[in-house]
Amino acid sequence: MANKNFKLEVWRQDGPNAQGNFESFDIEINEHASFLEMLDHLNEQIMNEGGRPIEFDSDCREGICGSCGCVVNGAAHGPERETAVCQLHMRTFQNGETITIEPFRAKAFPIVRDLVVDREAFDRIQEKGGYVSVNTGPKPDANSIKIGKERSDEAFDAATCIGCGACVAACPNASASLFVGARLKHFGLMPQGAPERGRRTLRMVHQMDDEGFGPCSNIGECEAACPKGISISAIAHMKRDFLFANLGFHK
Amino acid sequence: MSALKKILFSSIGKKYIMAISGFGLIGFLVTHVAGNLTLLSGNPDHINAYAAGLKTTLGPLFYPAEFALVGLFLLHIFLAIYINVVEKKAARPDRYRKPQKGKGGPSKFGIAGSNMIITGGLLGFFVVLHVWQIRLSSEFGSKYTTMLNGKEVADIYRYCVELFASPLTTAFYVGVMVFLGIHLRHGFWSAIQSLGAMKPEWSKAIYGLGLVIAIVLATAFLILPIYMHFDLASKLFAGSH
Ligand code: HEM
Ligand code: SF4
Ligand code: FES
Repeated sequence: MANKNFKLEVWRQDGPNAQGNFESFDIEINEHASFLEMLDHLNEQIMNEGGRPIEFDSDCREGICGSCGCVVNGAAHGPERETAVCQLHMRTFQNGETITIEPFRAKAFPIVRDLVVDREAFDRIQEKGGYVSVNTGPKPDANSIKIGKERSDEAFDAATCIGCGACVAACPNASASLFVGARLKHFGLMPQGAPERGRRTLRMVHQMDDEGFGPCSNIGECEAACPKGISISAIAHMKRDFLFANLGFHK
Repeated sequence: MSALKKILFSSIGKKYIMAISGFGLIGFLVTHVAGNLTLLSGNPDHINAYAAGLKTTLGPLFYPAEFALVGLFLLHIFLAIYINVVEKKAARPDRYRKPQKGKGGPSKFGIAGSNMIITGGLLGFFVVLHVWQIRLSSEFGSKYTTMLNGKEVADIYRYCVELFASPLTTAFYVGVMVFLGIHLRHGFWSAIQSLGAMKPEWSKAIYGLGLVIAIVLATAFLILPIYMHFDLASKLFAGSH
């Protein structure tokens, strides 16, 4: 249970329109602390000295809610793959290392304060997805709709998206294609989501563009940064469905 | 109409056009390099007949075809600049202060994928220069002519011999073709993904195929300047004609 020393460069910004800059801190912390525990510890230290603590988002701290997220040493959610920053541990870093921490940066994710960004653009895209038709009446038997194993696996993989926004942060173009693709694939592949497949695709894609997310250049850094390892085959799915929806093949 | 407009003005629709124009340009390059490879024989009649034949075979379609090719280039270039300069900047006006680090694994973040606008820009500059030299400058039409089967035709062969006598020009052409290879290393795979024609189980194979196409096409173009510069034809075919 060794302690490690780090030099931190943390982005500080008082408000959405304020000028931001890096502030340096030194910290000694148990190497098995999580990254966010390290920030909690740092905030104690800052408050003891009468300073304003660093603001950052988190909730579950077990990698399932999608609240946390920042860019650590130039990588969204830090250097480990398929790991949200709440699941990252200080043992990943070398003793004495300088660690830079920045917020996710995108026009569609305005900075609220320090490392907190406003990701409501994702909610608005999701709302555009609309409803999924459900028949009224008694609960149907679970086996009354047959879905092939491969298909249900694919849909489930897409459904594991936690909406954290790391894909946008990691994309050199700040594109939201992986998030939107994951949502569309999750619903589009299921028979329950099929009746609205085309409409959903058109509305969500247009909302994605309207929110000011960038275009997709097929670089795939989103997949590497995604804590759930969602594959860019979800993006191919979206591009295909967008064409089919426009051609009227999907209603 | 409005549906078409909606497709074309969406971020996804623009990439359909990038991809289709990119494929069109690859198709053109394949025919172009196939014709150029007739230079390898060392017999001036081969390339000269090929060039003269292009005009007669295509007949009245020659100018429309040329026009379409220019259109493909312009579409590709216009969208490339719009996507990479205008939209990209707008989507992240406030850049990361520490340079981004790729996380590896499935990511294609790297030289080819991140520099499409630079490799493409150099290709565009080269294409303008190249078309000017061969097609538009009046010097070419008056200076390089020869007789083939009793008809006066452009003497492409002698032009190439003189062009690639310069080591600088040779090096420049070779360099540009390396950039073409880098452009296609990401471009081919990317175009298929842009059209949504990708399945997870094909992804690796198509990315690999992209590398093969990039290497084959770039190499096929690139050996010509070297071949001409060192006059390898006369060494390989000494005495055969
Ligand atoms: C010489 C022939 C050329 C060929 C065969 C070619 C081929 C391609 C292909 C196949 C793609 C992939 C399309 C996609 O991502 O969907 C592409 C992308 C691209 N090309 Fe070209 N290209 C050529 C010339 C140029 C030129 C002259 C430019 C000038 C700026 C250019 C700039 C780009 C850019 C910036 C992209 C990436 C677009 C993005 O960010 O998504 N290319 N090219
Ligand atoms: S696709 Fe992955 S990176 Fe993007 S929001 Fe969903 S979980 Fe986060
Ligand atoms: S805090 Fe819930 S995913 Fe990190």
